[in-house]
Amino acid sequence: MRKRLLLTLLLVFALMLASCGGQEEEPAEPQAGEETAQETEETAEEPAEEPAGEEVTLIIESWRNDDLAVWQDTIIPAFNEDHPNINVEFQPTAPAEYNGVLNSKLEAGTAGDLITCRPFDASLELFQQGYLAPLNDLEGMDNFSDVAKSAWRTDDGSTVFCVPMASVIHGFIYNQDIFNELGLEEPETQEEFMSLLETIQQESDYTPLVMGTADQWEAATMGFQNIGPNYWQGEEGRLALIEGEAAFTDQAYIDTWQALAAWAPYLPDGYEAVSYPDAQSLFTLGQGAIYPAGSWEIQLFESQADFEMGAFPPPLPEAGQTCYISDHTDIALGMNANTEHPEAAREFLQWMTTAEFAELYTNALPGFFTLSNHDIEVENELAREFLSWRQDCEETIRNSYQILSRGEPNLENELWRVSAAVINGNMTPEQAAQEVQEGLESWYEPQQQ
Amino acid sequence: MQKNSIVGRRFPWHIVVFLAPAVLVYTLFMVYPLLDSLRLSFFTTTANERVFAGLQNYVKLFTNENWSWNFWNAFRNNIIFFIIHMLVQNPIGLLLASILAAKVKLHEVYRTVLFMPTVLSVVIIGFIWQLILNPLWGVAQSILELVNLGELYGPWLGRPESALITISLISVWQFVGIPMILFYTALIGIPEELVEAARVDGANGWDVFWRVKFPLILPTVGIVAILTFVGNFNAFDLIYTMKGALAGPEFSTDIMGTFFYRTFFGQQLQLGNPTMGATVAAMMFLIILIGVLIYLFLWQRRITTYEV
Repeated sequence: MRKRLLLTLLLVFALMLASCGGQEEEPAEPQAGEETAQETEETAEEPAEEPAGEEVTLIIESWRNDDLAVWQDTIIPAFNEDHPNINVEFQPTAPAEYNGVLNSKLEAGTAGDLITCRPFDASLELFQQGYLAPLNDLEGMDNFSDVAKSAWRTDDGSTVFCVPMASVIHGFIYNQDIFNELGLEEPETQEEFMSLLETIQQESDYTPLVMGTADQWEAATMGFQNIGPNYWQGEEGRLALIEGEAAFTDQAYIDTWQALAAWAPYLPDGYEAVSYPDAQSLFTLGQGAIYPAGSWEIQLFESQADFEMGAFPPPLPEAGQTCYISDHTDIALGMNANTEHPEAAREFLQWMTTAEFAELYTNALPGFFTLSNHDIEVENELAREFLSWRQDCEETIRNSYQILSRGEPNLENELWRVSAAVINGNMTPEQAAQEVQEGLESWYEPQQQ
Repeated sequence: MQKNSIVGRRFPWHIVVFLAPAVLVYTLFMVYPLLDSLRLSFFTTTANERVFAGLQNYVKLFTNENWSWNFWNAFRNNIIFFIIHMLVQNPIGLLLASILAAKVKLHEVYRTVLFMPTVLSVVIIGFIWQLILNPLWGVAQSILELVNLGELYGPWLGRPESALITISLISVWQFVGIPMILFYTALIGIPEELVEAARVDGANGWDVFWRVKFPLILPTVGIVAILTFVGNFNAFDLIYTMKGALAGPEFSTDIMGTFFYRTFFGQQLQLGNPTMGATVAAMMFLIILIGVLIYLFLWQRRITTYEV
């Protein structure tokens, strides 16, 4: 009896499998039917309105899941005031997975209408593969300078494919209470900076400089790219590397790594295993004095810390020298070339070039600064401090981002590795310079002469 | 009589029916992707098009200085990872199993507790251990200081000479339950008579274990070894959770899995390279295949299994 039951069950299963195989071709038809049904439904719902007024929904792909609330509560409602018929949905992915997820979605044709653009090559590749639409003729693109657009255009500069949204500025954030307590002042030169660290070390139990090297990128991003522009003279040095006129073995770069190596005694105990969130917590708990930062930290720090904070730009190697800051083009928005609603998407992008959006975005996300030329009012004090350096200092972007990270070994990864190793004391600045230069020379022709 | 009837029968359709679901599902979700991945490793991408490249990717992997350094570094680290598991995880598993099999008090509770980390998510394991070992707020340092060994503490996860060993030991801690359970089931399967007979012959506990029990569980030793090998050369998640795809410091914790991930999916500014990634994956497949073949032909065929 039982055997028979089992057999019938099996037969049923086999039959199901067989019928599944046969059905495979069928779904295409009902789907097409559904679509037309939907379309007729849509048009049927609003027969009185003209076709341009039809309601559409745009989906934004992004890695900024931290900003979800800002988009939903501030930016999208502001857009909808003038554009009630365009629904916008912000659908972020985890930052580390964004590139991979986006690529698969684009390949499968299921990506959103608007796509948040990483700077330089990641987006350039999407454009070259035809996934991002060119935006040269978008009204309002002339509100952005060439430097602002540089991260999202073809190498020859002829085509722009994303609307620049924001940049982040590097510098140092400090705990004002500790500075008051110890009677300290913002340092201007490297010498003052080092003696400041020494004072904090000697006179208090606070950690003078809060950073770890466990995740490696802090050493490169908040260390090397933060203080470096003062040594390699910003854009001048960055472009010289691309043209092959300068090398990482030049004194400027060795000096940068030397300055980094000098941080080691002032970092938290066991900094080799201190991760990025550890360092953030240590600082916001008030146990550390100075935090090598990017302006994107402002939001989190202000919500977590219950003390006053100040900021100073990277210290100068020599007094009286021109100062350079890393004002890095970080985020932009482009249009999926295969979107079903190109007009609505362009309308949204066009709105993003306006002063209204610039002001809204910069103030909703203090620490992300608009790249447009609009004159806007920044409410957050700390953010205003960062932004004020644009007036006094020359700006540049991270030197590994444009062109130089196209080959193998990847320059950005190499900078992470050696910068962490230099601070950990496992590599001398000269060795670091040597290894990075050799890696770059191995594939980048302008560097081979 | 029976033989004749089998020969006389028609084609055994019921076997096909029984095998079909498993074969279909396995082919669809395992064999086909595996073969397709191998196929991908013979292609390369130029100007957004995949073109057949023969063995070019493999030549690059072994002759290009940068690629081969990464490959051999990952391979060497993976072997260290495996050796630590073989030397620490499996002997401890055996020890725990033999203690449990001796029916100590509360052995059922211990069995469950010791197996628990194995079923926990690797993300949780990585997070907990990073907190325990954290130089700022970890308990590892305080515990060592409590017994006056504070000086022994170091930021182990951050130093190239100790990071891989530390992560290996964390992985050992997590997975020790698997060899333990396998050994345990083998040990309790040994008939009492054999042990009693040895006792009567005057063997002490040590002799009974090494001369009677251990030879009887040798097949399990082989299975545990090959499971460890396959598991270790497929490992990825713990290192990715704790050190990221760049497997720092200075690639000292980079194993085949993280090397593959970084190559295939990319990392920060490094764009993903599916064809080279498939090449690395093919090498992983080959390494595991060789290991399994060695096990099948050099171990399983030669070993004497005692019918008990």
